[in-house]
Amino acid sequence: MKTDIILSGVGGQGILSIAAVIGEAALEEGLYMKQAEVHGMSQRGGDVQSNLRLSDEPIASDLIPLGHADLIISLEPMESLRYLPYLRKEGWLVTNSRPFINIPRYPETERLEAELAKLPHTVVLDVEQLAKEAGSVRAANIVMLGAATPFLGIDYEKIEEGIRRIFGRKGEEVVAMNLKALKAGFDKANERK
Amino acid sequence: MEKHLFLGDEAIAQAAIDAGLSGVYAYPGTPSTEITEYIQNSPIARERGIHSHWSANEKTAMEAALGMSYAGKRSLCCMKHVGMNVAADCFMNAAMSGINGGMIIVTADDPSMHSSQNEQDNRLYGHFAMLPMLEPSNQQEAYDMVYHGFELSERLGYPILLRITTRMAHSRAGVETAALREENEMNCPADGRQRYILLPALARKRFRALIEAQDVFMEASEQSAYNQYFDASDKSLGVITTGIAFNYLSENYPEGFTHPVLKIAQYPIPRKLVERLVEECDEILVLEEGYPYVEEQLKGFLANGPCVHGRLDGTLQRDGELTPDAVGQALGKTIERYYAIPEIVEQRPPALCQGCGHRDMYEALNEVVAEYGGAAKVFGDIGCYTLGALPPFRAIDSCIDMGASITMAKGAADAGVFPAISVIGDSTFTHSGMTGLLDCVNENTNITIVISDNETTAMTGGQDSAGTGRLESICAGIGVDPAHIRVMIPLKKNYEEMKRIIREEIEYKGVSVLIPRRECIQTLARKKKASKK
Repeated sequence: MKTDIILSGVGGQGILSIAAVIGEAALEEGLYMKQAEVHGMSQRGGDVQSNLRLSDEPIASDLIPLGHADLIISLEPMESLRYLPYLRKEGWLVTNSRPFINIPRYPETERLEAELAKLPHTVVLDVEQLAKEAGSVRAANIVMLGAATPFLGIDYEKIEEGIRRIFGRKGEEVVAMNLKALKAGFDKANERK
Repeated sequence: MEKHLFLGDEAIAQAAIDAGLSGVYAYPGTPSTEITEYIQNSPIARERGIHSHWSANEKTAMEAALGMSYAGKRSLCCMKHVGMNVAADCFMNAAMSGINGGMIIVTADDPSMHSSQNEQDNRLYGHFAMLPMLEPSNQQEAYDMVYHGFELSERLGYPILLRITTRMAHSRAGVETAALREENEMNCPADGRQRYILLPALARKRFRALIEAQDVFMEASEQSAYNQYFDASDKSLGVITTGIAFNYLSENYPEGFTHPVLKIAQYPIPRKLVERLVEECDEILVLEEGYPYVEEQLKGFLANGPCVHGRLDGTLQRDGELTPDAVGQALGKTIERYYAIPEIVEQRPPALCQGCGHRDMYEALNEVVAEYGGAAKVFGDIGCYTLGALPPFRAIDSCIDMGASITMAKGAADAGVFPAISVIGDSTFTHSGMTGLLDCVNENTNITIVISDNETTAMTGGQDSAGTGRLESICAGIGVDPAHIRVMIPLKKNYEEMKRIIREEIEYKGVSVLIPRRECIQTLARKKKASKK
């Protein structure tokens, strides 16, 4: 298996927390992994992205070539579109629907929706709303991870285990809430798949 | 062996600890910061008492690392590429003295300027100082190079420059670690005075020793397991890669190379291996991250040889970092792109955080500056507050290098600019602003210096700032009249008072220091979170 993923969002949204759970699960699966992150100046409310590559064979480049990403996971709808040149023809785009507006000329919602509708394979979901329903808005990134899980090439159960390991020290309640958030995103994506 | 998921920076840090490191010396700078932070948070490092406190700047860091090496222990010094400009005085002369305990200097270069003001390639510093260099292609190699690099440094008797770039520093991959080694015993060199006192008569001897050592460095490079030759049947082209360019080449040949490839990861450039490639192949393509360093060297010793392609003849872009696509294109591969970026996608530049004290400082400063028409010039500096250049503030006229705000404002004031204003952060002030302030005091320059104090090194993630709690006494100690060192709290409710003080100090004919002080909201939030746990 080989899955090339672009994670995107706005600095401070926490795309790396999603990458951390996937990385944990991938390592446990014995997969090779490379993950290029962005640190420094762009973290201050600018556009941020991370290249995450998983494979059962050694990986050469830290960066994903154009037209090679199997999946774009984005915590922000406009940001999901910025990386389209990297998407494979049959790749999936999974994005939060809720805009993060910190620039003056942010596009209108209808135009964003129209661009997303042009793509063959998308999952667009309001992760904040789903997280709230699952028990905590703070689990929004885990809802997003759940929605991306069907496309990772890693079993759902392994992602669940990753969450247990990462949140385990925060207590059973936090683990249960995050698992519920994961499920909410996962179910939403499966409706679309 | 244990396997860990490490950033390139973390692999370097763990390798240094495992190799018996006794001290890391550094000033924070993207993309190098995580090396020192990892050591600061390492339980073994804490247990062993490995030095990891931040230094005031890269020069003080490198000098301290050289001192620790002098005493026989293994030391590491880390910086971003532009930090080397600050440390260069020590660097060039450490190549003259040589070392005692193993010493590795890490330069983390930032091609494409993700978080920097230029994209200088510090391999040229290694070349300039005539020192051996290592340039890993992946995280495992970074680990191995540092783990064994101290030994190499001790064997050769010189510091080793380890050069990485952003994608190496900030990418994670699985790394196998080696056994933890004991630290070196303290052991000052018996011949120390012959080597470390660079008086002309002794320095001439040391320079001859450095010249003689070049053959030894070359031999080490030619025999290095990091420099690899991959033979292949199609000799119409031979490819040379340095550092992570090897990965981008491999990405384009998933079934294996069709052309001979020379992977360079240790310098000086291994001459015999290059000669072999040149003899066997019709043309040469050089893939390197940064400046066309190898390419230029090659063109130098192959004046009448085969055609060399790379960044100089336009086969690859002259600036910016390499990507798998740029490398693919240079090899004539077609890039398949299925979707374009929709036109509605707008740029989203970074911005100062909501609630940041720098915002309030700029709001007040801008209003006063506007009162002088276009006459006032505001010289900026390096840090979060450089973002004051962007809308809505558009508040600064320059940002050149660490500390330049004060000295450029001084020069402009000398030329007649009034008001000449400097905006500098607290950490940048102690890094390289204090000496410039002394110049201003000595001439009583008519200048207004704003030290925007958020009590941390914020841009790189909130490391300790060397002057926290002592800025007024530092300024007074340098000779600024205490009546013209004015502290204020940058908050909306204080705007009128802030503007009044700024006006008064601009109108004062001499050196004034304004210190708007409010803790960085990011470090404040982290402290609050930590105290809850």
